[in-house]
Amino acid sequence: MEVTAAQALVQALEQENIPIVFGYPGGSTLPVYDVLASSAIKHVLVRHEQGAVFAANGYARATGRVGVCIATSGPGATNLVTGIADAYMDSVPLVIFTGQVPTTQVGTDAFQEVDITGITVPITKHNYLVKDHRKLLQTIKNAFYIAATGRPGPVLIDMPQDMLKNKISFRYPKNVSLQSYKPVLEGHFGKINEAARLINKSRRPVIYAGGGILISQACEELKQLAEVISAPVTNTFRGLSCFSGEHPLFLGMLGLHGTRYANLAVTECDLLIALGVRFDDRVTGKVATFAPEAKIIHVDIDPAEIGKNVRIQVPIVGDVKVVLQALLPLLKKTDRAAWLQRIEELKKLYPLFYHQENVLKPQFVLEELFRLTDGEAVIATDVGQHQMWTAQYYRFKKPGAIISSGGLGAMGFGLPAAIGAQLGLPGEKVILVTGDGSFQMTMPELATMVEQKLPLKIFILNNRALGMVRQLQEFYYDKRYFGVNFEFVPDFVVLARAYGIPGYNISTPDELTQRLPEVLNTPGPVLVNCLIDPLENVLPMALSGQMTG
Amino acid sequence: MYHTLTVLVANSPGVLYRVVGLFSRRGFNIDSLAVGQTENENVSRMTIVVEGDALILEQVTKQLRKLIDVIKVSNITAEEFVARELVLAKVTANPAQRGEIMQIADIFRARIVDLGRRTLTLECTGDEAKIKAFEESLRPYGIKELVRTGKIALLRGSKYAGVNNIKEEAL
Ligand SMILES: Cc1ncc(C[n+]2csc(CCOP(=O)(O)OP(=O)(O)O)c2C)c(N)n1
Ligand SMILES: [Mg+2]
Repeated sequence: MEVTAAQALVQALEQENIPIVFGYPGGSTLPVYDVLASSAIKHVLVRHEQGAVFAANGYARATGRVGVCIATSGPGATNLVTGIADAYMDSVPLVIFTGQVPTTQVGTDAFQEVDITGITVPITKHNYLVKDHRKLLQTIKNAFYIAATGRPGPVLIDMPQDMLKNKISFRYPKNVSLQSYKPVLEGHFGKINEAARLINKSRRPVIYAGGGILISQACEELKQLAEVISAPVTNTFRGLSCFSGEHPLFLGMLGLHGTRYANLAVTECDLLIALGVRFDDRVTGKVATFAPEAKIIHVDIDPAEIGKNVRIQVPIVGDVKVVLQALLPLLKKTDRAAWLQRIEELKKLYPLFYHQENVLKPQFVLEELFRLTDGEAVIATDVGQHQMWTAQYYRFKKPGAIISSGGLGAMGFGLPAAIGAQLGLPGEKVILVTGDGSFQMTMPELATMVEQKLPLKIFILNNRALGMVRQLQEFYYDKRYFGVNFEFVPDFVVLARAYGIPGYNISTPDELTQRLPEVLNTPGPVLVNCLIDPLENVLPMALSGQMTG
Repeated sequence: MYHTLTVLVANSPGVLYRVVGLFSRRGFNIDSLAVGQTENENVSRMTIVVEGDALILEQVTKQLRKLIDVIKVSNITAEEFVARELVLAKVTANPAQRGEIMQIADIFRARIVDLGRRTLTLECTGDEAKIKAFEESLRPYGIKELVRTGKIALLRGSKYAGVNNIKEEAL
């Protein structure tokens, strides 16, 4: 039977088992909306296209499945750009559909025309402009495959409006048709052997584990590795939650705002086992002084990451789970008592700490959240100090339980991403930890949250400032504060009321401890405005030199 | 240092933009770029000459390999290869000078491909050194216009950088 290309698109999404799409309509996507109306696929109407792509992103991170969003041509498409870049930086699988002006008008500066495939070349894994309706289905098939396999990432499909109205017969291809795209999963056997030899010989190994562990679902293999060879594990920000925050071998986060003992352990180690990481500048600081005594084994599915920033002794291209499964049988069980004792010593010498006073400290909020959720909640964050405090003080136990913009560091990510995460994980307790600055970037999505009846618990760590940037001015610009302190901050509790959400102001530790159990047990959404010490800094701050917020 | 890369790509719109974008982002100036269809009509071959740091180029090469439309990338700089470029030059040539210019053409095995009232257009192929020498010898007569195709290259002997040996491709 012949159907319109728009109809075929929706049927293709059904074939891909996509239960939900996040979107915002416009003239050019109307053919699709007309079909979506009668489909079983849920459409979540957001309040800004950035909300759609961030929500798809939160959904994908929370579920490990491909997130899908759709926006109209022109401004709808450009509003997606930040969210696409975020997915690209953090390797999140998305398929993004954009409407486009009719094929006959493409390239004429028609009303609401932008070259969105041109704009997104550097921030997508791949993108397509589909002018020929007969190619649409194969394109969708390829797009989902590319987004989800290898190093995942966003794929965009731009669809001229007239193309969507053309008729095709629906036959969804079984296979992808890609000439040369074949991610390598299995690591080179010789290299794996070499890695095993180095590990067995090493006296002071450290495992440096990143988002690749979460993506390849290698958390169990990582745990085995750490326990068999008695090596402490440090995480990148993106890797947090892949190794239990409660495990005695856990060192916490590495890098700029990582624990001192993690950074010192890397400085002292003789072997760094880097798994699914990319030696980001926030981790390494000056490359020359990073892990100065160590040989480095680097496992990653993306060959372009290996040797990009740091010289590697044993490079292994492959899926980290597959590689670890091959590596584990080659390893000797070792207890490395002296090294672990040294690690304990470092942990005691340089613990994470803050001064508890009678004002509300942000770290205390996170500790209380951790205590009362037993580390089992899914936490979405925005970007800034509150994000780093979450990374430091909420000791994640469940893989994938942190939903946060790492590589791009995009403020405004939190609320829509939390919405996507909660829709993907309806049974889980999803908490948003945000800042007064970030929250104001995408707070209109409160309407989406209410409309979707989502029970999010929102904690604003309110310091009436762009705290992270204020901190940079304090340390690196001689306290010349400018453009970082808000002279006006809305009354968030009154704002919550406008959306029909209960809200509370909390300004002392006691109030927090009293109020928190009730908040967490409320069936619906709650907003908690935590008036925290505005001068609190994120410490430690390991590196100096040129930095941006 | 100059590097010669051959890049096999799927013949799809936008592929040139993607490839070139990776070079420009890292500040490489592309010295010459030649693109054309190969023995397989779905595959085009780019020959790219760039100058720059070898380590950064290695990174760009790896990034190129990640592009979905890129089938194969080889840096053939260190290999034995045959390289050719074609140049068309239009030079001022009064009837009195034509003889001399035709002699120069002979030396370089160039051909006269067009004749105007006061101009001659010559075609010459060769490697970089030859093309340069050719250009220098024409300069005194007045080069009105000159166009080069950019370098194209094939590995010598039975080695090839074509699509068939993708598997041998190292990391
Ligand atoms: C979209 C965007 N714009 C600017 C920045 C730079 N920036 C990083 S953190 C930050 C402050 C965030 O303020 P807030 O959300 O209140 O968090 P806080 O640091 O106060 O906890 C800014 C402006 C950014 N990361 N993202
Ligand atoms: Mg703030």
